[in-house]
Amino acid sequence: MTSEAPVVHVDSVERAAATPDREQPYAALGLTDDEYAKVRELLGRRPTSGELAMYSVMWSEHCSYKSSKKYLRRFGDKVTPKMREHLMVGMGQNAGVVDIGRGWAVTFKVESHNHPSYIEPFQGAATGVGGIVRDIIAMGARPVAVMDQLRFGDIREADTLRVVHGVVAGIAHYGNCLGLPNIGGETVFDAVYQGNPLVNALAVGVLRHEDLRLANATGAGNKVVLFGARTGGDGIGGASILASDTFSAGGPTKRPAVQVGDPFAEKVLIECCLELFHGGYVEAIQDLGAAGISCATSELAANGDGGMKVDLDAVLLRDPTLTAEEILMSESQERMMAIVTPEQLEGFLAVTSRWDVETSVLGEVTDTGRLEITWRGETIVDVDPSTVAVDGPVYDRPAERPAWLDALQADSAAALPRPADGPELREQLLAVLASPSLASPGWITDQYDRYVLGNTALSFPDDGGMIRVDEESGLGVAIATDANGRYSLLDPRAGAQLALSEAYRNVAVTGASPLAVTDCLNFGAPTNPEVMWQFAEAVDGLADACLALEVPVTGGNVSLYNQTGTTAIHPTPVVGVLGTIDDVAGRIPSGWQDDGLNLYLLGTTALELDGSAWAGVVHDHLGGRPPAVRLEAERKLAGLLAAGGEEGLIAAAHDLGEGGLAQTLAEGVLRFGVGARVWLGDVEERDGVDVATALFSESTARVLVAVPREEDVKFVGLCAGRRVPALRIGVTDAESGLLEVQDRFEIPIEELRAAHEGTLPAHLGPRVGG
Amino acid sequence: MTRVGVVTFPGSLDDGDARRAVRLAGAEPVRLWHGDHDLQGVDAVVLPGGFSYGDYLRCGAIAARSPIMTEIVAAADAGLPVLGICNGFQMLTEAHLLPGGLVRNDHGAFVCRDQRLRVEQTSTAWTNAFSAGEEIVVPLKNGEGGYVADADTVARLEGEGRVVFRYLDVDPNGSVNRIAGIANERGNVVGLMPHPEHAVEPGFGPDTRLAMRSGVDGLRIFRSALEAVLAA
Repeated sequence: MTSEAPVVHVDSVERAAATPDREQPYAALGLTDDEYAKVRELLGRRPTSGELAMYSVMWSEHCSYKSSKKYLRRFGDKVTPKMREHLMVGMGQNAGVVDIGRGWAVTFKVESHNHPSYIEPFQGAATGVGGIVRDIIAMGARPVAVMDQLRFGDIREADTLRVVHGVVAGIAHYGNCLGLPNIGGETVFDAVYQGNPLVNALAVGVLRHEDLRLANATGAGNKVVLFGARTGGDGIGGASILASDTFSAGGPTKRPAVQVGDPFAEKVLIECCLELFHGGYVEAIQDLGAAGISCATSELAANGDGGMKVDLDAVLLRDPTLTAEEILMSESQERMMAIVTPEQLEGFLAVTSRWDVETSVLGEVTDTGRLEITWRGETIVDVDPSTVAVDGPVYDRPAERPAWLDALQADSAAALPRPADGPELREQLLAVLASPSLASPGWITDQYDRYVLGNTALSFPDDGGMIRVDEESGLGVAIATDANGRYSLLDPRAGAQLALSEAYRNVAVTGASPLAVTDCLNFGAPTNPEVMWQFAEAVDGLADACLALEVPVTGGNVSLYNQTGTTAIHPTPVVGVLGTIDDVAGRIPSGWQDDGLNLYLLGTTALELDGSAWAGVVHDHLGGRPPAVRLEAERKLAGLLAAGGEEGLIAAAHDLGEGGLAQTLAEGVLRFGVGARVWLGDVEERDGVDVATALFSESTARVLVAVPREEDVKFVGLCAGRRVPALRIGVTDAESGLLEVQDRFEIPIEELRAAHEGTLPAHLGPRVGG
Repeated sequence: MTRVGVVTFPGSLDDGDARRAVRLAGAEPVRLWHGDHDLQGVDAVVLPGGFSYGDYLRCGAIAARSPIMTEIVAAADAGLPVLGICNGFQMLTEAHLLPGGLVRNDHGAFVCRDQRLRVEQTSTAWTNAFSAGEEIVVPLKNGEGGYVADADTVARLEGEGRVVFRYLDVDPNGSVNRIAGIANERGNVVGLMPHPEHAVEPGFGPDTRLAMRSGVDGLRIFRSALEAVLAA
C-alpha cells in the first residue's frame, strides 16, 4: 500500500505539440485515416488524446450525420411560407418547437436507440426514453407524453423473446417512473429485424412561448454548470463505437458502451429544470446524451458567439479513476449543462439543492472563440468548437439503385389467387387480424401507464394519441407515427411518403389538424451504395410529400448501420405527425359505441395488394409496387374530418391501412365490442374491384367513419361539397354481437377478439385479465 | 372551503392529478412538501402515487421516514382523514398506519388496466359517499401492488370490515383475498392500489358503456372526505 497519488501523464496541448509523431489509436475510436489527417490539419498539430476523444465521438455518424447531411438539407430547402408560419425552432436544435396558439408551444421528436437495445434490451430501451425526454426538457418544455416505435424479429424466435421482454420492461420501467403517459406507438414483428431490432422513442413536451430555451452559450463571464447525475464509466463511446457500426458475429462484446439509466434521477431532474426555467435562472441549456460532455460543451460553444473554458477536475465523478478522455466521452445518463449568469448562480444553486441535484460549476463562457478544457492543471483541449460540433466531415457517398429492384417490383401480388367465397375470406380476415404485427399489442401497452398527468384524451387502441395542453380551453395535440418497411423496400421514395400519409391520416381521424413532422430514418450501412440510394430516395420523397401537405419537418434522427453482417433491414423511415385540436372534447374515437350508426367508406379502392399485410400473411409474398401515394386526396380527407369533427357529425373514424378495410372493420367492432353489418357490393361496383380486393387492398386516402343517422344528410352534403368520395357500406349493430359482411360471412365478436388478442400472449406469456 | 393537502415527494408522479381530483370534488388542494414539518392546517391529506425516492430499498420505505410523515402519523392518530394511493398506500404500510405490505405483482410485470372494484366498506372517511357493495371502475397501474399480510392480520381485517375495496373479475397483482384497499381501525386512514384520481373528469377516465373515457367513479372517494370533514 502506498498513499502517494499515482503519477498521471497528462497529454496536454503542449505535449502534443512537442510529440508530433506519437501513434494514436484513432482507428479504434472509429476515425478513418482521412478524418484523422483532417483533425491534424485543423489543429496544425496532432490532437491530444482528449481532443482525439472529442473529435472521434462528435465526427461519428451518430453525432455528425456525415453520410446523411447532404440529403437532410432537402427538408430545409423544400418549405413554403405557410410551413414556417408555426415553426418557432426548426431542425438543428435539440428538438423542433411549434406554435399551437394561445401562447402555447409544443416540442416533439423521435429518436433511435436501436443498437443498445439489441445488446442490452432493458437498459437500451430505458435510456432511449430517458434521452429523448432530456431533449424535450432542453427546449424549456415540460415533457407530457411518450410513444415507442418498435420493430422486432420473428415472434417465433427465442432471441426475439429476449429482446421483446427486455425492451418493453425497459420502456415501462423508465417511462412509468418518469410519470409520462405512453399514448401509442407501433409494434412490428418481421424476420428482417432479427439481428437488428429497431427501438425508436418519441417524446412530446409543452411550454409557454416565453419559456423557450436554446443551446447557445453566449455572454462572456457566464457560468458553465453541470448538474444531475454524476459522471461514470458507462456508455463510453456509445455514439462512435456502438451506434455507428454494424454488428458482426464473433466480435468483442460491446456491452460497456451501453448506458445505464436511473429514471428517478431523471424525474427529479425534470422538476428541477422546470423550476429553474420558471425562475429565470437559465440562459441556455443542453442535455448530455450521445458524446456526453464533448457534445454539450462543443455544441453550446459552437452555437454561441464566443468560446468556453471548462475544468474537468470540477466534474463530479462516480468513479474517481476515470481519465480525462473517459470523462469527455462518458454517456452517463440524467445530466444537463446550463449557462447561468453570475448574478443568477446563487438562485440556481438554491433550486438544485432543494431537489438534491448535485451541481458543479465547470467554467465560463469566454470571448476567445476557442473551447479550452483543462485537467490536472494543464490544457488538454484547445479547439475551435465549430470544427468539432458543426463543420465535421460531410460525405457524398456513392448511391446506386439496387439491381434486384426491377425483378422485385415486377413480382406483383396481383397475380396471387384471391378468394371470392365467404369461408375463405373469413379465414383470411382472421389470419391477418391475428398476425403478430396486426394483432392487439395489448400485452405490451398494458405495461405502460397511459393515465398519469390526467390529460390523455386518446391513447392506444385509437389511431393517434392525444394530450390536452391547456386545461382551461381544452386546447390539445394529437400525435401518430408510422412506417412500413415492406413498402419501403419495394420503393423507398413511396415508402417514406406512405408513412407520412398514414401518420397524417391517423392524426386527422382523431379530429386534429396536422401541423408538423418529426422523423427517425432507420437504414442499413451507408457504405453500401444500395442502402445510400434507398436513403436518398426516402429523404427526397419525404421532403416532397411534406411540401405537398405543407407540414414541415421540425427535427428527428438518422440511424444507419442497422444490419448484421451484410444484410440490411428494410428501409424503415418512421414518420411522426403532430396536429392540433381546439378542444380535445371534440376528439373522435376509432370505434363505434352506439347502435344504428351509418358506416361510410371515404375514398376509393383499387387493386393494390403489393406489399400488403394480406400478401405477407396469407401468401408469404413481398413484391410489386406499393399503393399509390395520393397526397391531394389525403389533404382533402383531413379537411373533411376536421370540419365534420368540429360540427359533431362523426361518432367514430378509423384509418384504413395495413390489412385494409377488413382490419379496420374488425378493429372498429373490437374497440367497444359493438357489431356491424356491412355490404361490399357498392364498393365492388363503383371501383371495379373484387370482394377480396375490397377487403384487403391497402389503397391510401381512405377512412371508415360512423355517422349518427340524424347527421346523415349534413355529412353526405359535406363530403359532396369537399369532393371526397363517400359510400355508405354498413350500419353498426349493438344487438347482433357480430361482424357481418352480407352474403359472404359473419364472425362473432368474441371470435374476432380471441384472434386479435391471443397472438402476443401465446408467444410472450399471459396478459393480466386477458 | 375544505382544504386537502397533497404531499409531493421526490419521485411523486400523480400529485398533480390528486390535486385536480381534490379541486373537482369541491375542495381546495394544498401543496405539501416532503421536507417540511408543516401540514399547513389542512383538513385531510392525500399521499399520491409515484416512485418516491426511486422506490429504493422498498416501495414507500424512504418516504415513510421523510420529515413530513412525523406530522402525518401524529395527525392520523388524532383522526385526520389520510388517503394513500398506490405509492401512498405503500408509504402507509411502511409507516405502520396500515397493516401488511405490498409486494411485486405475482406475474412480475407492471400492469395498467381499467379495474372493476367492489366497495366493501362505506363507513370510512374516504368511502362514505358510496353504497355498500357498489361496483366501480378505477384505473390500476402498478408494479408492486400485491397485498400481503399474515393470516391473523387478514382474518382481523376481514372480520372487522376493514377491507375497503376488493378486485372484481381478475386479481391483477396477486393480492391476498383480492384485497385492493384497506382502512385503519378508526376508518380515517385508507390505502388502495388503484388510482381514483384518474377517474374524476369526463373525457380523461376509463371507458364506460355509454361513452369513451367518461368514468368518474373515483370522484366520490374525494367527496367522501369532504363529508367526513364536515361531519367531524
